[in-house]
Amino acid sequence: MGIEAEALVGVLALQGDFAAHERALALAGAGARPVRVPADLSGLRGLVLPGGESTALLRLMAPVGMEEAVRRFHGAGGVLFGTCAGLILLAAKVTGPEQPSLGLLDAVVARNGYGRQIDSFVGTGRIGLPGEEERDLEMVFIRAPRVLAVGPGVRIVGTHSGEPVLLEQDRILAATFHPEMSVQPEGGGPIHRRFLAMCDAAGR
Amino acid sequence: METGSLRLKTGLAEMLKGGVIMDVVNAAQAKIAQEAGAVAVMALERVPADIRRDGGVARMSSPKTIREIMATVSIPVMAKCRIGHFVEAQILQSLGVDFIDESEVLTPADEAHHVDKHAFRVPFVCGCRDLGEALRRIAEGAAMIRTKGEAGTGNIVEAVRHMRAVTGGIRELTVLREEELAAKAKELQAPLEVVRLVAKLGRLPVPNFSAGGVATPADAALMMQLGAESVFVGSGIFKSDDPAKRAVAIVQAVTHYMDAEVLARVSEDLGDAMPGLDIAKLAPGDLLQTRGW
Repeated sequence: MGIEAEALVGVLALQGDFAAHERALALAGAGARPVRVPADLSGLRGLVLPGGESTALLRLMAPVGMEEAVRRFHGAGGVLFGTCAGLILLAAKVTGPEQPSLGLLDAVVARNGYGRQIDSFVGTGRIGLPGEEERDLEMVFIRAPRVLAVGPGVRIVGTHSGEPVLLEQDRILAATFHPEMSVQPEGGGPIHRRFLAMCDAAGR
Repeated sequence: METGSLRLKTGLAEMLKGGVIMDVVNAAQAKIAQEAGAVAVMALERVPADIRRDGGVARMSSPKTIREIMATVSIPVMAKCRIGHFVEAQILQSLGVDFIDESEVLTPADEAHHVDKHAFRVPFVCGCRDLGEALRRIAEGAAMIRTKGEAGTGNIVEAVRHMRAVTGGIRELTVLREEELAAKAKELQAPLEVVRLVAKLGRLPVPNFSAGGVATPADAALMMQLGAESVFVGSGIFKSDDPAKRAVAIVQAVTHYMDAEVLARVSEDLGDAMPGLDIAKLAPGDLLQTRGW
């Protein structure tokens, strides 16, 4: 991907590890634009909703109208990629405790599903991305959410200990773990590459 | 399975970037902080302004208060232990707090040693006044650094001094030759390995936040523009006229720290900020920032 790709994806840069996603995307060959207000979405094909604190992100999205802007962006063909807090924001229903969400991903998720920071861990899961062979992948879980249920339109493309941790639905990719914290110098990592491939497909 | 590793510790610190961590003394305040958009709360018995006023020995909060706060909010809960008081740290870890602040705001328990933070599974944040102090804490296992400022004063001048000392010190390292780095490590009283790493990265290997003296949205944005990656607010919120409103304003200011129009808007109608103290009028013995070795 060259100069053209540089303006194609954005990272919601209100709070959280958005810089880690920008680094991962750069390693995968794509420049990313920080998105703080709805106008920043103009011309983008994809948007990353990063890890962070979902309650804080909700408080930061509301005053600038970002919730509605992200819904419209997806409705108009944009691709969304949420990790950890980003997945919580995308979900249809959030528990532990209940809180509002965008409702774009047909899944029920429990916040802090594994416990507190002391229960955070790095494990090895399995991914089976479209068009690729199934394989092992390092997964970093930090105060991570757990997927309790998914709707019929959701494909489970990654698991850890048999539980769904990576989901795809329409133009949405969502991980309960942090692919941005397992980047490889060569190519950034398979999940970010998958997101960019989805953005490419959406642009056609 | 990997647990309690440095990567997981700094990982949580990464998630707190671009956010505000607020001092709270009870569950009701913690709820206000979370509602306002805080990324974490710091549970303590008295905010620094009251510790300063009351005097006496300031210790770790009671486990009961910490548990109540943990039960009330879903965001990470931090708590402070005294410098060098590794048993307070053990207790905090057993309570399940998400981050421990080995803090100069409490009365030091050891005048030579800090806690060996590598020995814990829970991440630690430590204060610093300059690059050498930051690097010593990182070598001891701190997963996050915060510049100290002068807590409980509502005066930003020390926070600015400390942030400039750290960022200026890092910039200096990036232009030194290998043999100069070795001499510099001696001067900084920090391990050469960590000095080399910082010289190569051009930044600290862990997130660098700011604390001590933030009272207004403009103070918070100032620290962000000077290089802080998040801001701790102690007495600044709950010692002000309208804590809920000021908390919201400071959260917005940290996200939109480069946007003066947003800063102007959120700074309106906040009521009075906490009354400030002139650092120059404090007796040397009243300074909290000089605690830590």
